[in-house]
Amino acid sequence: MRRAALLVGMMLAFAPALCAAPLQALAQQDAPEQLPENIQIGLSTNRVTITSDFSGADLTIFGAIDNADPQISRQGGYDVIVVLEGPAQPLVIWRRARILGVWVNAQSQSFVNVPLSYSVATTRAPQDITNPDSYKRLSLGPAYIYLQPEDRAGDAATIAEFTAALRERKLAVGLYSENIGGVQFLSQTLFRATLNLPPNVPVGTHKARAFLFRNGEFMKETSSSLAIVKAGFEQTVYRTAHEQSFLYGLFAVAIAMLTGWMGRLIFRKD
Amino acid sequence: MGIYLPIAEMSVNIFVLLAMGAAVGFLSGMFGVGGGFLITPLLIFYNIPPAIAVATGANQVIASSFSGTLAHLKRGTVDIKLGLVLLAGGVVGSSIGAYVFAILRSFGQLDLAISLLYVVFLGTVGGLMLIESLNAIRQARAGGTPALKKSGQHNWILRLPLKMRFRASKLFVSVIPVLGLGAGIGFLAAIMGVGGGFIMVPALIYLLKVPTNVVIGTSLFHIMFTTAYTTLVQSTLNQTVDIVLAFLLMVGGVAGAQYGAKMGQRLRGDQLRALLAALVLAVALRLAFDMFAAPGSAYLIASPDGS
Repeated sequence: MRRAALLVGMMLAFAPALCAAPLQALAQQDAPEQLPENIQIGLSTNRVTITSDFSGADLTIFGAIDNADPQISRQGGYDVIVVLEGPAQPLVIWRRARILGVWVNAQSQSFVNVPLSYSVATTRAPQDITNPDSYKRLSLGPAYIYLQPEDRAGDAATIAEFTAALRERKLAVGLYSENIGGVQFLSQTLFRATLNLPPNVPVGTHKARAFLFRNGEFMKETSSSLAIVKAGFEQTVYRTAHEQSFLYGLFAVAIAMLTGWMGRLIFRKD
Repeated sequence: MGIYLPIAEMSVNIFVLLAMGAAVGFLSGMFGVGGGFLITPLLIFYNIPPAIAVATGANQVIASSFSGTLAHLKRGTVDIKLGLVLLAGGVVGSSIGAYVFAILRSFGQLDLAISLLYVVFLGTVGGLMLIESLNAIRQARAGGTPALKKSGQHNWILRLPLKMRFRASKLFVSVIPVLGLGAGIGFLAAIMGVGGGFIMVPALIYLLKVPTNVVIGTSLFHIMFTTAYTTLVQSTLNQTVDIVLAFLLMVGGVAGAQYGAKMGQRLRGDQLRALLAALVLAVALRLAFDMFAAPGSAYLIASPDGS
């Protein structure tokens, strides 16, 4: 599979980081209190186009930590998690059971607002960054993201079972993914995140979010949006199929007959 | 080499699709079946969503059956009148089928219904054909005359009123069973997303006693119209026809169909029927295996409308 590297990052975060350094030194002289850390990411484009040769891609996002404490940086106390969350949709998950030897859809659970895709990059293994409680509170990571059942008053054990199954299925088809070590520090404050866009990445508005942790404690979050769209031809086909569906059908039939006739002319053997 | 499918919204390998089309096209030309009963399961196996596989499969079958029909028209092995009467029944049947399809889908049990229909029909048709054709081959080896068409042995079905003469097939039968057959196949075709050739071919041979050489051309002629109708209905109601996917399958398919038709002429009728029966049975067994075997995961994600 050819993987195109889409460079969406930018260095905008550099400037504040550099400006902040002398200020910070000044502040430290006046008072031992340090300015709170902040995290920034920048996208040089807000649109990724899916062309006909698209077969998945790596998305690179650059970002920086402002007001980083150099001592904590040196000790590796800062951790960053970057998430690319796809558009949300309602969905149903079925549990299959054997009836008279045949596997049938037996029981279902509906969920609302489930992100179609969810790709995560982290500096370290998730359990080394912070504890499960903070992940749950932040609804962060494929294992902890909150999936809202349609019927919230339903049996808690059933909901938990289907939620776990939903996460497992999404991970199995590559729509949810986790890239441990996908965020790398290029300097004490500048980082680069590499996220995976699967070949079946859904089109629509995706949300890029970055979370900053200091010694296991959540500090700050920032987000930015990214549109994933089909390229001209693909978009035209899709729009025609939905807006002029009868004409599209006629066209599909005509293409088929033309192809059949051409094939007859080219491969005529009798 | 990958290519992005605009309706299926996924990236697939272009050569896999061309090869799939060519293989199915070859069989289609050889046996006079559209190949829908092969292409739809193959596409689903290749992770194309079932709704898109069904509709796009129908679109692809138009090309190979049109190409095959042209070849048969030139040889004069199409009974156009019989094809048109079958079609009249077929349009009624597939309209009812499309309605039942929507009802099954709303219950969330469409996948099971489709699998069951495939296994039952492919299994029955394939099994009966295999037994008959093997008997015919054995008789031919023993030096006996083929017992398929015996004059004066027409059953009661063919003696119903409203008789009509079909010259190309050397038939003089009631139109009631012909219309009924067309309607039944149209109904199944809409639910199973196939042209119905695998049922049409044996039904014409065994029920209506149409000569084998005319059966294939007439079946292709009929399939061409039913699949065109299915494509129109599916694209209008569900927007599930992926034209890029269909085109790739067609290109492979029309090439394969020409060679398949040539190969089909070299084989005897009973041998052709035995091979088709074996193929149909193999697909039925494969689908039955999937129904009974433990799935990779006990859970399945679906969209709320059941597709």
